[in-house]
Amino acid sequence: MPIDKLLFYLDFPFVRYAIIVGVLVSLCSSLLGVTLVLKRYSYIGDGLSHVAFGALAIASVLKVTNNMLIILPVTVAVAILLLCTGKSARIKGDAAVAMVSVGALAIGYLLMNIFSTSANISGDVCTTLFGSTSILTLKTEEVYLCVILSAAVLAAFVLFYHKIFAITFDENFARATGVNTTLFNLLIAIIVAVIIVLAMNLVGALLVSALVVFPALSAMRVFKSFFAVTVAAAIISVVCSLVGILVAILAGTPVGSTIVAADIVAFGGFYLLSLVSQNH
Amino acid sequence: MSKEKIQKKNLGQNSQREPQATELTAHTPLLKCRQLTLGYGSKDLVRDLDYDINEGDYLCIVGHNGSGKTTLLKGIAGLLSPKSGSIELCGGLNRNQIGYLPQMTVVQKDFPASVEEIVLSAFQGKHRLLPFYKSAHRERAMECMALTRTESLRKSCFRELSGGQKQRVLLARALCAAERLLLLDEPVTGLDPESTGTMYHVIEDLHQKGMTVVMVTHDVDTALDDATRVMDFNKISIKER
Repeated sequence: MPIDKLLFYLDFPFVRYAIIVGVLVSLCSSLLGVTLVLKRYSYIGDGLSHVAFGALAIASVLKVTNNMLIILPVTVAVAILLLCTGKSARIKGDAAVAMVSVGALAIGYLLMNIFSTSANISGDVCTTLFGSTSILTLKTEEVYLCVILSAAVLAAFVLFYHKIFAITFDENFARATGVNTTLFNLLIAIIVAVIIVLAMNLVGALLVSALVVFPALSAMRVFKSFFAVTVAAAIISVVCSLVGILVAILAGTPVGSTIVAADIVAFGGFYLLSLVSQNH
Repeated sequence: MSKEKIQKKNLGQNSQREPQATELTAHTPLLKCRQLTLGYGSKDLVRDLDYDINEGDYLCIVGHNGSGKTTLLKGIAGLLSPKSGSIELCGGLNRNQIGYLPQMTVVQKDFPASVEEIVLSAFQGKHRLLPFYKSAHRERAMECMALTRTESLRKSCFRELSGGQKQRVLLARALCAAERLLLLDEPVTGLDPESTGTMYHVIEDLHQKGMTVVMVTHDVDTALDDATRVMDFNKISIKER
């Protein structure tokens, strides 16, 4: 019986940790996802996660005990560079993201190979890129860190929701009428970087974009106000992550790709729904 | 930027010492351009401009495409920093008393937001932290939507509106933000004649009530009907009346 099997697995703390982290990370990523998709920054998640991968490689080469101390600042710094230089930058948006993205990936893999500390490099790399098991091997401290950072992200989002909307819809108007857009763009960049680093544990570096993009796109198919889109994206994302984690546990599939598969199915569903509602 | 701040600070001190000095005269400058040069890259679109915009002006900026009209408006709106020279806000004018109607961007055309959300977002510049809108904000937003005949669209989705409706929604947002100065970048683009008439009527009405208006437009005839001053980028001559 799948239910019995599920209850049996839920007795293990690592399964409960995975569910807590999964729900929080998918919630946070979907909220900011709406803004990123609308600002035409869909690919930023991918770029930043590769940067986080590169930083992880550096951290393991340096044998830092808590690798978050390196990953988080590096990713935040790159996020600020990519999101805040904006129009004045020499190398424009998508090219900059592409450059940073592949660059970090290559350097990360290179470092891991040259200074290898374990016998199974390709296994390690695969785990980092696809998050195949890392969500199920979380330590208690990592769960606490995730809960604290997620709470901070949620609080910032709720508090500055209207400012984020104003900047997403029309940054020029916001700036011309006295909103400190530089400050809020900085805030958005920091939040995005934090979410990406957290989400890497859940789905791995290569699949992070899916968490950011799919729920937002699904919600935008059907809902007509920014508030409804944001709430719907959050719900879709949490449901898909829960389904993905549970299916992965029961069927023994990789967690990250199962979650993303659930997101794709949800997107397909909402796409059909939008076609049906248009015809009526 | 820092110059602007210093200017504001000085004015703040003055007005504390002599409160009667804030009384408005016909030629109180709200905005001073001094030796202003604006442009992109190596191209200068506005060169060495000396110009004051006074309280109560209705200034129309006309000229060909690419002559620098919008560039100047962006400079005034604080979106483009001068290559040289300065733009100063005077007379106690603060950025958050300015309403701005920019040209529509690609991002906005398929944006999932209700009309009400967009109009209310005008108040974000007026408060450092505004997690919820007050009823006064909602009332003002309703007034502005009524002025632009968009109140029936309140719950509609922005991306499903026609071009003219979108333009009127953005005007309603600009009106909400404008307390002393209203900057309009081609406000009648894409409007049918009836909406164009309403738009001009609304703007003229606001001007009568004391709003300073700066409008970039192609529509020279109407500009000359209502405007009190015209800046012609084709001739770089400035007519006054």
